[in-house]
Amino acid sequence: MNTTDQPIIDVEDLTTAFGEHVVHEHLDLRVMSGEILALVGGSGSGKTTLLRQILGLNSPKSGSVKLWGRPVQSYVGPERLALTRRWGMLFQSGALFTALSVFDNVALPLREVHHLPSDLVRKVVLMRLKWVGLNEQDAQLMPSDLSGGMVKRVALARALSLDPELLFLDEPTAGLDPQRSDEFVELIKALHQQLKFTVIMVTHDLDTIRDLSTRIAVLAEKHVLVEGSIQNVMTFDHPFIKAFFQGKRGERALGNQPLQAEQYGKS
Amino acid sequence: MQTFKTAFIEEPLISVEQGIAFVRGDWSVRTLSKRGEVKRRLSLLKEVPKATGWNISEMGLLDSLGGQLLWDNWGGQRPKALVATPAQSDLLSKVESGQSIPALSKPLKDKWAWIVRLGQGAQIGLEHAYALAALLGQLVIDLGSFIKSPRYGPWREISAQIFRTGTQALAITALVGFLIGVVLSYLSGQQLASFGAGHLIVKLLGVSVVRELGPILAAILVAGRSGSAITAQIGVMRVTQELDAMAVMGIEPSQRLILPRVIALALTMPLLILWTDAVALLGGMYAAKFDLGIKPVWFISQLPTAIGFTNYMIGILKGLVFGAWIALAACHFGLRIEPNTESLGKGTTASVVTAITGVILIDALFAIMLDQLGF
Repeated sequence: MNTTDQPIIDVEDLTTAFGEHVVHEHLDLRVMSGEILALVGGSGSGKTTLLRQILGLNSPKSGSVKLWGRPVQSYVGPERLALTRRWGMLFQSGALFTALSVFDNVALPLREVHHLPSDLVRKVVLMRLKWVGLNEQDAQLMPSDLSGGMVKRVALARALSLDPELLFLDEPTAGLDPQRSDEFVELIKALHQQLKFTVIMVTHDLDTIRDLSTRIAVLAEKHVLVEGSIQNVMTFDHPFIKAFFQGKRGERALGNQPLQAEQYGKS
Repeated sequence: MQTFKTAFIEEPLISVEQGIAFVRGDWSVRTLSKRGEVKRRLSLLKEVPKATGWNISEMGLLDSLGGQLLWDNWGGQRPKALVATPAQSDLLSKVESGQSIPALSKPLKDKWAWIVRLGQGAQIGLEHAYALAALLGQLVIDLGSFIKSPRYGPWREISAQIFRTGTQALAITALVGFLIGVVLSYLSGQQLASFGAGHLIVKLLGVSVVRELGPILAAILVAGRSGSAITAQIGVMRVTQELDAMAVMGIEPSQRLILPRVIALALTMPLLILWTDAVALLGGMYAAKFDLGIKPVWFISQLPTAIGFTNYMIGILKGLVFGAWIALAACHFGLRIEPNTESLGKGTTASVVTAITGVILIDALFAIMLDQLGF
């Protein structure tokens, strides 16, 4: 485990552009071990693109993205393979392999490790599925037979299948009913306590942000506008933050939080 | 004191001290995924006497994979005497909550499964035939309404398809046509020359290319090129629910997707065949010039009488039928694709194979029919 002060993820002066369209400009973001960071921002503010940059799926135009102290692009071959086993990603639309059953989807990362007995793989897969509220009957289904919420849960089970140190969640609770959403938050919290993994999540759900995140980073105007605890972020004067946190939705979710509380750093 | 030495980690993974089994080291996926590691640890765990208590609090990293391993060893329950940190205890409860009834039932092997499969195959074949007939019927209806009110027809889609299936196919059909023309002319030229009948090359090339080879060649290329594209496109529209979106908006897929593709291919196919014929004859002409010393001017002057109007029309008629068939088959398989990637691959393959087989079958029908009619 990382015990040093070195950040797990270190994004420095990142610029992302697709042709003429600039998504990020001089973006800096640091994520320390054990944090649960919520990335917040309007639609099209480049949250998912930032995740893709960190995962090395896109390459930066300038600046760098470092994971465990090294640029993500520098992990190649066996090192990249080792890296991919240390993280898990929940994609926004699930990204389940449509040709594989639910069971095989969750088992795939475990089987890719090799050397794990199939009996153990089977038990661990069923454990993951049970965690997210699915049973053996569901394990035999194909992704096309699943409802939207179930897809999300299977995708979470797959992201968790290797007990990752770093978990990326793209809109994890979108499409779940409130009860499932709460259960999801509890699940991540409980796993986080034991496994001490680090979470970066993109979400619009204020309940999830309030209950789960230890820190918030707001993405606007192509960079991280403000970061810190929820109280810290809410006092920042910007139209997006006003609209997002202080509207009716904000009152409902965060109503009893004192707005003026000055609390910096991790909460 | 009893210890079990391990090769990788200096301190013993499991040691029994005064009736308590101490478990140390990392029990996580990263250590367990080493070759043979799970087996080794299982045998170590097995050597621990039954009635001992457990202490796992000195363990390094424990994750749910390691938890499952221990849990199984404990016989699916928490040992009565267990010392664990609160976090480990939480993890074990998570592992406990994830246990389920073992063994997924495997389907029994059926001795007569092959007969069932045979029957299913026949049934699927019949279903395809029925669906294709229904599609053809729907197409005729759509064509009727298109002719009745052409103003509301999918003109834009038709023209886009003509560009994609026709204009963009010119280069590849020309290349293949030219090469086949050269090869055919060269091979048959040598045979004809040995009989002293080199001048018959014009008749031979003209008839075989215009009546048979040109249409077949162009059709096979178009089936591989445009047929697969049509199937894949409609299939992906199914996967991404675009077909459902169209249905909700009241847009008929048969009207907006199938009709324009069939019309476009039925129009471009004869033109592509003419183009392929011309380029193949050009290739044949040059090969004849070098091989047999036949002058291009003479070659061209002989062509009209050698080919004849009938053969020319037969080639064009074939193109029309081939084009419509390829588009229809491609749309049929595209609409049957299920929302998963495997089905997409299978459907595209089936579409191209069926289209090409069908083309050759139709060509044979043409040959028999025209023979009976005396052409």
